[in-house]
Formats: sequence, C-alpha cells, structure tokens
Amino acid sequence: MTEDRLTGYRGKMREALAGVGAEIGDKLVVGVNNQRYEGSLMPRVESYDDRHLVIKLKSGYNIGVAYIPGMKIEKVGVAPKPEFKQPPLPQAKQGLPKVSIISTGGTIASRVDYVTGGVVSAMTSRDLLGIVPELTEVADVEADILYSVFSEDIGSDHWAGMAKRAYDKIRTGASGVIFTHGTDTMAYSSAALSFALQDLPVPVVFVGSQRSSDRPSSDNATNLLGGVYTAANAPFAEVCVGLHEGTSDDSISYIRGTKVRKCHTSARYAFQPVNDWPLARYRDGKLEMLNDRVRPRQECEPMLLNMFSGRVALIKFHPDLSPALLDHYLDEGYRGLIIEATGLGQVNRSLWSAVARARKDGVVVGITSQCIWGRVNLNVYSHGRELVDRGAVPLGDMHGETAYVKLKWCLGQTDDPEEAKRLLTANLVGEFNPRTPYLGGDA
Amino acid sequence: MDYRKLGLTVGIEIHQELATQHKLFCSCPPKLSEREPDYTFTRRLRPSQSELGEIDPAALFEFLKGKTIIYLADHETNCLVEMDEEPPRALDEESVDTALIFTLMTGGAPVDEVQVMRKTVVDGSNTGGFQRTSVVSLGGEIKAAGKTIHLEQVAIEEDAARKISEEGDTITYRLDRLGIPLIEITTAPEIHTPQEAYEAAARIGGILRATGMVRRGLGTIRQDVNVSIRGGAIIEIKGVQDLGLLPTVVEYEAMRQAALLEITEELKRRGVKGSQLKKEHVDVSGVFKDTKSKVLGGALKRGGVVLAVKLPGFAGLTGKELCPGRRLGTEMSDHAKFMGNVKGIFHTDELPGYSVTEEQVKALRQTVDAAVGDAVVIVADDHDKCVAALVAVVDRARQVLEGVPAETRAANPDGTTRFTRPRPGAARMYPETDVKPVQITPIRINKLSTRLPEMPEVKLRRFMTEHGLNEKLATQIVNSDYMSLFEELSVEGHSTTLLAVTLTEDLTRLRRDGVPVEVLTDDAIRGAFVLVKEGATAKESLPDVLIWLAKHPCSCAGDALKALDLEAISLSKLEALIGAVVEERAALVAERGMGAMGPLMGVVMGQVRGRAQPRDVQRLLQAVLKARTQPS
Repeated sequence: MTEDRLTGYRGKMREALAGVGAEIGDKLVVGVNNQRYEGSLMPRVESYDDRHLVIKLKSGYNIGVAYIPGMKIEKVGVAPKPEFKQPPLPQAKQGLPKVSIISTGGTIASRVDYVTGGVVSAMTSRDLLGIVPELTEVADVEADILYSVFSEDIGSDHWAGMAKRAYDKIRTGASGVIFTHGTDTMAYSSAALSFALQDLPVPVVFVGSQRSSDRPSSDNATNLLGGVYTAANAPFAEVCVGLHEGTSDDSISYIRGTKVRKCHTSARYAFQPVNDWPLARYRDGKLEMLNDRVRPRQECEPMLLNMFSGRVALIKFHPDLSPALLDHYLDEGYRGLIIEATGLGQVNRSLWSAVARARKDGVVVGITSQCIWGRVNLNVYSHGRELVDRGAVPLGDMHGETAYVKLKWCLGQTDDPEEAKRLLTANLVGEFNPRTPYLGGDA
Repeated sequence: MDYRKLGLTVGIEIHQELATQHKLFCSCPPKLSEREPDYTFTRRLRPSQSELGEIDPAALFEFLKGKTIIYLADHETNCLVEMDEEPPRALDEESVDTALIFTLMTGGAPVDEVQVMRKTVVDGSNTGGFQRTSVVSLGGEIKAAGKTIHLEQVAIEEDAARKISEEGDTITYRLDRLGIPLIEITTAPEIHTPQEAYEAAARIGGILRATGMVRRGLGTIRQDVNVSIRGGAIIEIKGVQDLGLLPTVVEYEAMRQAALLEITEELKRRGVKGSQLKKEHVDVSGVFKDTKSKVLGGALKRGGVVLAVKLPGFAGLTGKELCPGRRLGTEMSDHAKFMGNVKGIFHTDELPGYSVTEEQVKALRQTVDAAVGDAVVIVADDHDKCVAALVAVVDRARQVLEGVPAETRAANPDGTTRFTRPRPGAARMYPETDVKPVQITPIRINKLSTRLPEMPEVKLRRFMTEHGLNEKLATQIVNSDYMSLFEELSVEGHSTTLLAVTLTEDLTRLRRDGVPVEVLTDDAIRGAFVLVKEGATAKESLPDVLIWLAKHPCSCAGDALKALDLEAISLSKLEALIGAVVEERAALVAERGMGAMGPLMGVVMGQVRGRAQPRDVQRLLQAVLKARTQPS
C-alpha cells in the first residue's frame, strides 16, 4: 500500500492541492479573498468535512482555510524529511529477569511527530526503552509485535494466538509476560488467557493506558513500568490486569484476569475487581500482596488450551426482552448462552420456554447478574427456581463477561453439553470466589 | 535610557479571563473556589518525545527536575475533564464569540476553521501536560501611544491551574482555575518604549472590557512581554499582573540585557575563553569548618559540603548590577537553585560578608588557585546538589561569553525578573484530536457584526452625556473592571454618580485597605444598591455593607444591614431621637439659637449615620430648633 500524500483530503479541496503538486508537510502560500496564509500543509482528519485545508502557521498553530473556487494555492517549499534520531540507549543491567512484552495493538508508547502532528506508535524494544528508559533497571526486556488491531476488533482467534505466543515465551525462559492491549476489551482477553494458559509457572500481565500515550500525563509509562516489575518479580503465577488503582500516578493494582472489569469509559482507575480483592499493589517500587487466594510462582510446565467456540452469545436481559431473540440464537445453532439476568438471577417468565428449548437442543444456558457485584442465587425467588428447573446454570459470583469467555472456552474443549456444564461450574483458575468480600462503599 | 539607541523592541501578549457560563472544555463554572479542596491526587508528567528524536528542551528541563505534582480539587469547580480523566468536550462557543467580537472591533480576520492545539507544558500547571489553545483570528490593529500597533493574532486558550506551593520536589496546584477561558491577544513587535508598552496594553484591556465578557479581580488579566534590545535576545517575561508595573518590567529588562552585553564585551577585552571555564569543583569544606556563617556552617553540620568553582576573569563582574538589586551573581544563583535545588550561592565579589571573613576568602582563593582577576563561587549543601548547582553556575558563566541567553523569565513584584526556564523550542504544538474544529461561517460573523459593543471612547462620551458623569468619573468607570456592572445597574434606576463613585473610588480604596473586594459578586453589589434605592439604608452605609459582604461571601446585602445595625430608622423615630438630643443640649440651644444647628447636626449624624438620610436629619432638626427658638 502506498502512503497517501494528501491524507484525509477529498473532493475539490484534494483536487486543488493535487493540482499544485502539494503534499503533506509542504510549505504553501494560500490566498483567499484578501487574506494570505503561509504555512505547512497538515493532514486532515478523515471524518472532518472536505471543504477546509489545514495549515500550520510559523507560530505552530494550525488553522483551517475554507475552500472557494479559484482559491490561490502556491507551493513554496517541500516537506522536511521526518528524521527520527534514536536517543542513546541506557546501559542494560546484567543478570535481570527476562520479561517478554507482546504487543497486540494498544498504543502503550508513542512519540509525536510535530511536523504533521501525527502520533507514531513505538513498539520495538528499542523504541520502548528510548521512551521508558527506567525499564532497563527492572528487567531484561524483549518486545515484539503480535497484532496491530484495535481492542474492539479483537476476538477469540486473537485470544488463541496470544495464548500460543505467551506459551512459547514462557517455555523459552521468560520470567514473566506482558501483553500491551487496548483497554476496551482487555478484561475479555485477560479472562480468555486465564483459561487458555493453565498450570502457569510465571505471571502474565495485561497493561494498557486509559489516557493516550501522546500526552505527557499518560498513564502508559507508569503502567508499563509497574507491569514489567510485576511480571519479573511477582510471587504469583496468574493472568492479571494491571492499571492505575486510583487517579494518582502512585499505585497500580493487579487484578485476576477472570475477576476484573472495565468500569469507567475514560478514567485511569477504570479496572475494578469484581467480587475479589486485587492480587497485589505496586507502589514506590515495591509489590504488596493483597490476596491470599493466589497461585504461587513455581517451576512447572504450562498447559496450552487455546480453543474457543464461536457459537456462544451474551444476552443482557431487560424489560420487554423478546423470547424471539433467544429462539433466534437457538435457530442459528448456538451452543451456549450467557444471560445477564436481573438481581439475584431472575428473568421474565416469557423466556422460560426458550430456556427449556435450549436444554432440549443441548445448548448450555448460564445465568449471571447485570448488577455486576454480588453473586446470583436462584433459590431465593420462585422465578429463579423456575429457571433452574429448566436447566439454566447459575454462575455464582462470576460476572457476565467472564462467564461468556469461559463458556466459549468450555465449548472449545468439549462438544458434550454436560461436560461443558461441569467445566463451566468448576473453579479452574480462581474465577469463582467462594467467599464474597466486602469491598467498601462503591464496590 | 535612550531606547531608540538600544534598539528596544517589545511585543505584548495579553491574557484575559472570560466571564462565560462554562469553562472552555467542560461544563464547570469558570470561577475560583472559596472552599477547602474536597480531594487531592498526585501525578508525574513525562515529556513526549518528538519525531525529531528530541525532547523539547523546556519539557525535558521540567522532567529532569523530577517533580511530583499534587493537585487540590473540589466538586464545585472541577470534574473529570480538569483531572485529565475524561476527554474534553466541545470548544465553548461563547468564548469563540467573544474572541470574534474582539477581532471585529480591531479589524482582524477570523480564520475559517478554528483548530484546537496542544501546547506542551510539563510544569504541572496543566494536568494533561499541555495547554489547549486555538487561533481564532489573525491581524488587526489598535491605536495607542499616538501610533498604530498591529496585532498578530487572537487566540483562546484554557487557563492553567493555580500554583499553591513548591517544596523540594513537590509542586502543589489548585485545580479550580484550570480550564477557565482566556483570550490571548498578541501584538506585533512594534513597541519601542516602556510607555508605549503600557499604553498598548491599557488600550487592549479597555477594548476587552468593552466586550462586557471579562472576569474581574486579581490575576484575571495577565501580561506577558517579549523584550529584546539590539544584540540581545528575545526574553519572554511571564505573568505581569499589574498593568502599572509593565513599563518598569520593560525598562529593567532593557537595562539587564544592556548590562549583560557590557559584561560580554568586558570579558572579551579580558581575553576570557569558554575553554577556561571548567566544571571542576573543589571541596573547600575545610576552609569553612569553623565558619560563623549560618548558611555554610548549617550545611556542614547536616553532613553537607562546601564546594567551590573558579570563574577565571570574572572578578568584579559577578557583582555587577544588571538592574536594581540583581547582579550577574543573582542570575547564577537562580540557575543554581533550579538545577541544584540549593538555597543559593556566594561569589567573591560579595565576600568578605555574610559572616565570611577576609581570612576565609583568602584561604578559599588559595585552595582553588584563583588569580587576582578570577571570581570564585561557593555553594553549601548535600554533595550532589552542590555539584549540580556549580555546573549550572559555569553554564551560566559560559552563556555570558555569548551575550544574552534566550530564556523565559517571571516578573517579581518590584519589576525585576527571575529565570524560570530555557525558552521552549518552536515545535511544541500538536493537534488536540479529541476536539472537533469549529467553523466560523460568514453568517456567524454577520450576526456578531450587527451587535458589536461600543469602543471605550464612545462609551466614555455616552456616560458623560447620558448619565451626567463628569469626565473624571466617566473615565474611571470606563477603565474599571466594573464597567459592565455599572451599565447594568444604571438602567435599573440607581443614581449613576453613586454607582460610579462606589464602583471605582470606594472599591479601590477598600481594596487598598486590604478588603477582599474581588469576592463580591455582581448580585451582592446589586443587592447593596437596591437597599439604598428602596430607602432601607442610606448611601453612606454602602462602604460598610460592601466590606461586610466581602468578608461574608455567602450572605446577601440584607444580612449585612442586620449584622451592622444599619437598617434605616423611621422618620417618627428620627424625630424623637432629635427631640431627645436637643433636650439634652438645651443650654447650647438657648445660647446659640439656630446657630446650634451645626454642632447638633454632627451629634445626630453620629448616632444615625447610615440609617437616616442627612437631608431628613437636617429638615427635622431645623424644625425642632425653630420651634424652640421662636416660641409662638
């Protein structure tokens, strides 16, 4: 694919620019009515209108100039070649634990191209170390790129690939693995890898940033630094997610991959533990354990179980939900449904017959709660008991998103619905907490 | 000083906070909070690396200082946007309109599309590590100091957080001010004397006030000035809050640059070369082991050291005054404080002194092997801090060989300036991709054009003819922060002279007396005038009411009257009170007859000031006296 030299420009404006041979970064003089603007041509964001061109004035400011027929555009200079001079790398310390950083596409580190205003992702080990040189003090870091996809485009095929890559890295001696990942679906991926990588000897840590890496205030570097420290040194061997604990830059909490959920659209403290304590907290260069229900770091061979079924759906119950929706999934041959029911696990009685049909069709139906916190209990109300009578499986304190991922994994391991149910309700990697902890006011 | 001969060139940037409904990128109210912070949080900022492989020098400088930033925030004036926990909302349209109005009043050309930029600032004053700023128009001009001064651009940007303190490696900011809309007006470098700088800034301030959209109070308008002289460098001086100080700042900066250039010349004559200025320090702790100096002795007692560095050929120059109270040594000290985080330095041009004896100076010179023409700088603190401080001193000394270093400085209250950081590179702006650009349509321009506010001079004439103000009062009110409030209140039927006097002379006097008048809201002031208009109190009580309201910002004018016992007394009560006063002084009345009017007026007013109209007192007193002295 050749690079577009007029990124984002369309229609008449593009024609006018192309007509004078202008490319992004070129120095232009633009005359409109009595005004004369001089500056460098900047790319235009694709979703903006096609009637303005953007130039960067000498002062550094960008302004938009409206298209009018016959506007004068003169090219007076060409774009300077962007030239990235690598800063000298800090001396690597000897004898540090080896940590493998695997990138899936979330931008954990980037640099700003002040010429075009673009943000360039930095994903090689060298780039990362140039931007977060403190990493060399903590671990012998090796980074590689597995995927370059947005978090919302990640699915079970990617989970399988991620699990395989981590498995390989662990087998070849990594003391810990880091996944950099967009935050939107990070909790799904962390749950998936929790099931796909079992008998882990070392930690697998998901890190990301809620505030973009092109801002000096980004949480990327602190999350990465804490993550690498934890991957290298944590006394546990679990898949977990580690981002800011609160809004401050001083502490990062590590939450079990199956018990974590993104609970805020934008804030640094978006990831919250659901019905579990965080595993640990990184603060002032040290890791403090907060949870005694952990798998310890140990010498052992990991197990790779990275098959997922594509025929599972997550359905959020709501008033007036039509049973036809459930029937549709059954008609389509789905093999598992997770219903995020209300409260302790109830749904409208109009859905009961569809649940009964699912059992008859050999389809697993699991019940979780849309309350997120707390556990389902289908024995309290008669409507709950009606669901159990029709074969629905209550899923305790597992939240819906983890339950969805787990059922995909269960049906990836077996075709037998009864065996799938057995796996679904077994506590394999700490996804069920036998005791529901009090997590304080909000949680 | 002959400024023309010096080649003085000045450009001004005026930053004025706007009185909009909302902050520039969120729905928080644009105001400072009077309450205690509700929550705090801490952050670190990391400079972004640019495509050129370089980190902006100013940004790197802040990062190297390794600061931890503490933010104090409150629920009244802050939301997640100021915390950098949520993307900014759309650019505030009211702010854009205000910038367009100013543009149309000064003949500038609005851009077709306003693009929001991020300007890297990593001192912590912006939670994101950048300030959001946008050019709204280019060009335009003002008339000031008898000439035309061109404007380069009009921009709107978000105000920064308020710095509360800086201790060691921790800077604390209050978050309330972050995001308040600012309009920034930049003049061309066409100003050539301190007086012209003053007049240009005053004129821009006047036009801004005429828009009726400006916030008032301390710090709501700030001037930055860029000053250079021929052969010098462009020095950006930030944060001149008092317009009256502006000419002094310009004058002192011209002096400073001229003096620095003289030092450069002198060093050339002395044949001093950069290679002679070595960053080799000598531990001279032994020289000062029995010192009486608290600074040196204290550092040694805490386990620190005294380090010295020789500056060959600098004797007599480190002590040379650049502008009042500021020497080359002061500049070196500023750099040492910043880079080494030390308390300060001593140089041999000021020693013996500060409890350092002649013998110690002699021993010091011997230890570092200083010749007669050399200066020696010493610093006392922890070893590493001292080393960093002396490296900064030598760097500053090397800069003098080249002339005036380009840097950003901050204004001191006396008009001198101090070093704050190296001048930022030009390339520290990049687009704020979270905010959509705003198109400025011809329809919008036409609509604003039809309702442009009057220019200050038109307003002045109208205030004189329409409101019968004399020229002095009218000028005062036009130049006042309360001009818009005056206009609002004058149409509500209050005495315009009373309004003008109270809003300018009285409030100015109260401010000088230390009354926090900036907390007075428009509603509080309006309330006080309404009470006078309705006869609930006398106009004489206005200053007391305003003082009380300034000290009780959450109360209304009626509360003030009750608290101060200034509620008007009825005419019958007043009559009875006058009767009693006259009765008590029957002898005086008998002796002087109507001649007792003067003294008795004073006695009665002393008892009812603020609660009764003097003219009522006079009328009733006259009647009572008449009745007594002219028996029917």
